[in-house]
Amino acid sequence: MSATPASPTATACTCPECEANVPFARRPLQGEVVRCPDCNAELEVTSLDPVTLELAPEVQEDWGE
Amino acid sequence: MRVGLLYSRVRVEERLLIEEFERRGIDFELLDVNKFQAEIHDPTPWQRFDAVFERCVSQTQAVTAVRVLESFGIPCINSSAVIEACGDKLTTSLILARNGIATPRVRVALDPETALEAIEDMGYPVVLKPAVGSWGRLLARVNDRDAAEAILEHKTTLGSVQHGVFYIQEHVNKPGRDLRVFVVGTTPIAAIERRSEHWITNTARGGQAAGFCITPEIDDLCRRTARAMAGQAGALLAIDLLENEDGRALVSEVNHTMEFRNSITTTGVDIPGRMVDYVLGIAERRSVNRASQAAAIAPTSAGVA
Repeated sequence: MSATPASPTATACTCPECEANVPFARRPLQGEVVRCPDCNAELEVTSLDPVTLELAPEVQEDWGE
Repeated sequence: MRVGLLYSRVRVEERLLIEEFERRGIDFELLDVNKFQAEIHDPTPWQRFDAVFERCVSQTQAVTAVRVLESFGIPCINSSAVIEACGDKLTTSLILARNGIATPRVRVALDPETALEAIEDMGYPVVLKPAVGSWGRLLARVNDRDAAEAILEHKTTLGSVQHGVFYIQEHVNKPGRDLRVFVVGTTPIAAIERRSEHWITNTARGGQAAGFCITPEIDDLCRRTARAMAGQAGALLAIDLLENEDGRALVSEVNHTMEFRNSITTTGVDIPGRMVDYVLGIAERRSVNRASQAAAIAPTSAGVA
């Protein structure tokens, strides 16, 4: 799975799926889930320094409310 | 007083809860469940927490971590008992039935042929649900024997061992909507109705949410449900209700890690704020108790002399 690093103060990252710009309205958090505005891929912040986005994992059987 | 927020993914809900902690200036720590490890003989590193607020998407991870933390004496919201009671639909149904709470009829079978017999005996349609799972995934409305045979075969062949537990629920001919009631402790604080053209009305599956005014009957039903699932102190729960053709509300499912992003504006209730109030109340009580115990153990000045 590819990952796209950016600076820790980044307000945007590159989508690992389509390479579009993924903006952050607020300070990103480790584990935060965001959607790419272009391709709609579900992405997860996997590190903060530098900020890195990866494709979010597929839903597992025991996930839910 | 310090609170841990145990999470696996920061969704909109976790972001709102974090912002609520920050807004109040609460000393809290984010605990990534994927980084969770504990030496079971050494609770010391975890004693910095007065409570842990569990918000994991994986039930397995949640209940495992919470069981460890509870063994260290740390209150967790929700408790492992509540997670286990809510996380398995059969367990939920058994608790509801045992406590005389209105709920759809359910049969359970452990063999596909026996499950088919049970379905035929209940009469069509019925709903097959995985005992563990959420967000409306893998629900099947079974309208006739052909469909029943196909679904049972698919579950047996393609599913995990868990899918060999056949949870068969009476199909409730609901009026195009179901209800979700948010409960804090044992108090219903807000409710929504979820409407859809599809028989599955989960918002995760496209159902549209709107505010719903809690009636006295539903208030009472949800208070009794919360006590049955979590004891007198209750928990943080989202109770899903179906209305039958007589207009009677039946408890369908109870959720232990409630999602509420679509329900704040629609209900006008500060759901994350009320959840944080509840968690802080529990943490505060433990903090005070620990301070009292420390004061009782500490030598007095006379004793030192």
